Amino acid sequence: MAVPSELAQHIESYVDTSRSPTQQATSLDAVISLVKNHLITIETLVREMEIYLTTTDNVIRARGTLLIAELLMNLVSKPLDNVTMHSLIGFFTDRLADWRALRGALVGCLALLRRKSNNGTVTASDAKAVAESYLRNIQVQSLGQHDRKLCYELLECLIERYPNEVASLGENLIYGICEAVDGEKDPYCLLRAFHIIEALVQLFPDPSGPLASYCGDISENLGLYFPIHFTHPNGEEADVKRDDLSRALMLAFASTPLFEPFTVPLFLEKLSSPLPLAKVDSLKYLSYCAPNYGADRMAKHAGAIWISLKNAISTSMLESAKSFTSQSLNGLGFEENEITTEAFMLLKTVLMQNSDLLSSLIMDDEDISTTFNNMTSYGSYSDIPLQGKQRLHVVGRILYITTKTNIACCNRFFESFFPRLMDILEISKRNSSGGCFLDENYSLANKFHFGAVYLCVELLSAYRDLIMESRVTATDSIHAKEACCCMLQRFSLSLINAFCSTLRTGCNKVSDDVDIYFRVKGLQILATFPEDLLPISGSIFENILRTFMSIILVDFNHILLWKLALRALVHIGTFIDTCSRSEKASSFMAIVVEKILSLVPFDESTLPFSLKLEAIFEIGTSRQSHMLKIIRGLEESVFASLSDVYVHGNLRSVDMAIQLLECFSNKIFPWIHGTGDLEEVLLRFAINVWNHVKSWTASDVQVQEKGLLDATMMATKLAVGSCSEESQNIIIQKAYSVLSSNTSLIVKESTTTSIPVHPEGLQLTRQTDKFSHKDECILLLFASIIIAARPKTHIPNVREILHLFIASFLKGYVSSAQALGSMINKLGLKSNGTEISSDCALEEAIYIIFNTKPWNSYNNSVSGQCEATSNGIEIGLSDLCVGYVNNRLLQVNAIVGLAWIGKGLLLRGHEKVKDVTMILLQCLLSDGSTGASKLKQSLLEKTCEQDLHPSVMKSAADAFHILMSDSDDCLNQKFHAIIRPLYKQRFFSTVMPILLSLVVKSDSSFSRYMLYRASALVILDAPLIVVVSEAKKITPILLEGLSVLSEDIVDKEKLYALLLVLSGILTDKNGQEAIMENAHIIINRLTDLISYPHKMLVRETAIQCLVPMSKLPYTMIYPMRTQVLQAISKALDDPRRAVRQEAVRCRQAWASIASRSPHF
Amino acid sequence: MTLGLINANPVVHAKKERVARTEDLHGDDAVDPLEIYDFVRDIRDPEHPYSLEQLSVLSEESITVDDKLGRILITFTPTIQHCSMATVIGLCLRVKLKHYFPPHYKVDIKVSPGSHANEESVNKQLNDKERVAAALENPNLRQLVDECLYSNEL
Repeated sequence: MAVPSELAQHIESYVDTSRSPTQQATSLDAVISLVKNHLITIETLVREMEIYLTTTDNVIRARGTLLIAELLMNLVSKPLDNVTMHSLIGFFTDRLADWRALRGALVGCLALLRRKSNNGTVTASDAKAVAESYLRNIQVQSLGQHDRKLCYELLECLIERYPNEVASLGENLIYGICEAVDGEKDPYCLLRAFHIIEALVQLFPDPSGPLASYCGDISENLGLYFPIHFTHPNGEEADVKRDDLSRALMLAFASTPLFEPFTVPLFLEKLSSPLPLAKVDSLKYLSYCAPNYGADRMAKHAGAIWISLKNAISTSMLESAKSFTSQSLNGLGFEENEITTEAFMLLKTVLMQNSDLLSSLIMDDEDISTTFNNMTSYGSYSDIPLQGKQRLHVVGRILYITTKTNIACCNRFFESFFPRLMDILEISKRNSSGGCFLDENYSLANKFHFGAVYLCVELLSAYRDLIMESRVTATDSIHAKEACCCMLQRFSLSLINAFCSTLRTGCNKVSDDVDIYFRVKGLQILATFPEDLLPISGSIFENILRTFMSIILVDFNHILLWKLALRALVHIGTFIDTCSRSEKASSFMAIVVEKILSLVPFDESTLPFSLKLEAIFEIGTSRQSHMLKIIRGLEESVFASLSDVYVHGNLRSVDMAIQLLECFSNKIFPWIHGTGDLEEVLLRFAINVWNHVKSWTASDVQVQEKGLLDATMMATKLAVGSCSEESQNIIIQKAYSVLSSNTSLIVKESTTTSIPVHPEGLQLTRQTDKFSHKDECILLLFASIIIAARPKTHIPNVREILHLFIASFLKGYVSSAQALGSMINKLGLKSNGTEISSDCALEEAIYIIFNTKPWNSYNNSVSGQCEATSNGIEIGLSDLCVGYVNNRLLQVNAIVGLAWIGKGLLLRGHEKVKDVTMILLQCLLSDGSTGASKLKQSLLEKTCEQDLHPSVMKSAADAFHILMSDSDDCLNQKFHAIIRPLYKQRFFSTVMPILLSLVVKSDSSFSRYMLYRASALVILDAPLIVVVSEAKKITPILLEGLSVLSEDIVDKEKLYALLLVLSGILTDKNGQEAIMENAHIIINRLTDLISYPHKMLVRETAIQCLVPMSKLPYTMIYPMRTQVLQAISKALDDPRRAVRQEAVRCRQAWASIASRSPHF
Repeated sequence: MTLGLINANPVVHAKKERVARTEDLHGDDAVDPLEIYDFVRDIRDPEHPYSLEQLSVLSEESITVDDKLGRILITFTPTIQHCSMATVIGLCLRVKLKHYFPPHYKVDIKVSPGSHANEESVNKQLNDKERVAAALENPNLRQLVDECLYSNEL
């Protein structure tokens, strides 16, 4: 052929073991490409390689064989004719005997055997020859791990591809495999081995075939690995997990019923071992194998399985015994672990398999009958000793699981246990008399043994769950003629009566929580049984409802009972929904819903109002029609009490109205929002508010109730916020009509947009400054609608409304400012062509706000120069902020308003926010003349020289908090604000440099102080990641901010937030440099904060921040050690435990920097 | 000193679960026995790699506190009557509490009545300021105490 020399070179290079693995790999690739490109045929290659394949040098022979094998591995898709295939496989089959060159032979066989049929495959007889040679020559366990792996793969491949040929080898094969697998320890090889055994079993399905005699050996071999236990550390052998291996072993065990005599005893033995892993695995394996082994074979073991199961369940429950807590509220409060879960699975499986046998075993079980016999000796739950409780719980769980298995079991267990329970409860006798009326003097309390009640409830709930499950899956529907059904029907009436009367008598007596829990549960189950299986007459159903209602109304001091009863009622209400029976539904409506609603307006009942509302809401959630009814009722009460306050001036209703409104805000509106299709309710509520506003304003009564108005506003906001645009349009139209009909507000503003102000000496007094109460009410409610409006909602007469809000926020109504901010945030841009011409676009609105001069200054006392400019000097919003008018209050209002407008702009990312920021910054600089215009100088020479008042500067600083923080009241997602992502970052990175440079430039200590405050407020709301990246510049100013904020108790939350930012910098890698530079100041600041009296979290966090400080370089912090230790020793005496504990930790950290133990 | 261990084979008890306290955001938390117990339960026994809790030398009930007067009384039970380590244990307790409480707390440490052969002298030794101070000056003792307090063996 063409390139023999090149080929020889490659072969030589591959065979030579002194070459590096990469070189060998390249030469292999070269040979492969030669063959692939048809430059040489495989036959030529083999002939060429003759010396390498036949040499007596073991190493070279092995490499040579391997080269051919690897080549074939890479040429799976190359077609080969039969002759070639035959000679190649024959070659490799022979080579299997050559243990020194085995690797190549194995790889070669695998490569050939795995070929797809269309490219030429190994014939059946050749495959059989391979298998024979394999069995004859290879001692698998004497080989290395990789070779073993190849051996197993080869075996697997043979069994899968040539089952008939391999099977014809008979016992030889089985013996060979047993030998090969015996003693294997490598996880991957084991996984393969398990697969081989599983496949092997499929080869010999005949129970009397050759496999039969080997079953014992095989299962013994397999049994050695059970339960799979890894001694490898977790990191190693990540490719084979314990679960994979365990599953493979399980499949191997379950592969044939022939294993049963050997495996089941093994599992049962391991089940009794104390190792939890062994228990879980045994249970799992048994559950899996049982269906595969078949009912007949498993029947032999039924007794043993039952006993082991019972032991496993009871011991695993014993281990995790815990006391019943009222919070858990599910069962007896014994924790269940994996063992119990698996055990119940197995119980269910074997019960399905051998129903009769198992159920008779369970019914005759001595432990269970002992439990039944002991039942009568204890009354209440608390009388039963711990062991008894556990035993009871075990029996209860077993009964529940077994009864729930299928209808046959259900019948059997009901028949055998239910009458006994009824006997114990002394209920059966009463049935014969046929008395279906309530027998009040049936004093059950002392006969109502807890054990019986508990088991009875478990049985009932199992039965009910079984029915419900079968209805969902629509399989074997359960008829009313079933035995358990009849039995239940016979007893139900008296049982219900018994439960009712115990719950009623239970009111007076203090019963144990657990007792009550099961009584309520029992009654609830009986009440929610499907109608067709357990028909309960209307009067009985009503009796149940009345029983629960009486608990709700009277027993509210018994919190657990009250909650349970409420939950039961909600359950019953929900259940009526699913199987609708008009009679029951209407009685639920009448007895529960209407009854509880009727209680709302009257405060006479002893049930506290908050509980009343809770109960009402919970019951409402059971069904939409109930909720609608309840909302209607509550709405009536709200407006009745609101009118009571506003029209009749009855202040006693204030509290109730607030609670009702809060119930709407916090519970009902979110619920409606969740259901999503009850918008008309929201609309009705909002419209109703405006309907009533008219009547409120018409009355003469003046009521100043800030809390009530706030609650009304919040409820209105939330209602409007959840509405769609159409509904919002309706609401706004309605509100606007009320607003415009109120002449005192809008007319005045629109005709004269200016109010005379006398700048000098004229301080608008509070009385004239505010609107009348009625106007205020309308204004604020209107503002809350505007705040909650969606961006697309149409607002009529925008300009007029803007003027109104501008005028009102200057009077100190923050909500007006918020509404203005919301409008600015949501108004459309001018370019939007769909806007109606009368509408006001964003630019115009901004123009109106900033350029309207609402304040005309008529000032006679100033020199005549001014009068030249017509009749006065107009002052815009920005001028107001910087203090043209010497009216402090006005200035503060203007700044707060500006801040909210600025927030609206900031959120949507509008340019104008820069101007707002500049105005605010100007206010912060006390040197008023810097930004003053000539006009101002000419106007008020005296005042402009004056420094701004501290309170004005403080509000300017706080404006930055308004800008940066998230507000609950407006401009958030709930109220449809337009929010650009990352707006906080953007604002932070534009404002901080300005603030920093101003701090440097500032020469007045007070304005610097205010700048610190403003910076701190910006920092604390900025995302931590941005702050940390700027840590070097920020830290000094942040520390100043800490001391500024720690001065006033009002700022304690802000102080805490800022401290958290510092701790973020402290713990971040990027912050380290900044920390080192400022270590001294940081420690000073933190030691000051350790004694901050107003907030525990501040003290705790300050101490926590000191701990990482102790890790700084020794020379840097050693001088401060004494100072820190002294400060911490004071914290050791802190009134709060958390602080003390942190102090101890911190003290250890600091004490240990000098020596191992703290000396003083 | 005797050769070998004084109590070669102590009874080891299980550690009790730590109770997570419910956070009460309002009001002050008074110092209570559990808080002190949490500080001292993990002190290692001078002889064995077990904590005082595991050897049942201490329990929550053996600690009494009067927060108002600032008094703490700890009664501990040495594992055997002739335990010469009783004083070391007492010293450990004293050193640890000194770190963990401000100086105005008065700490009394005693062996429980009848649990030690030289009960009186041990009690006297443990509550004598100067003897405690002197003991802590002794480098060997100091090292032993530090090992018990800061041991990582548990």
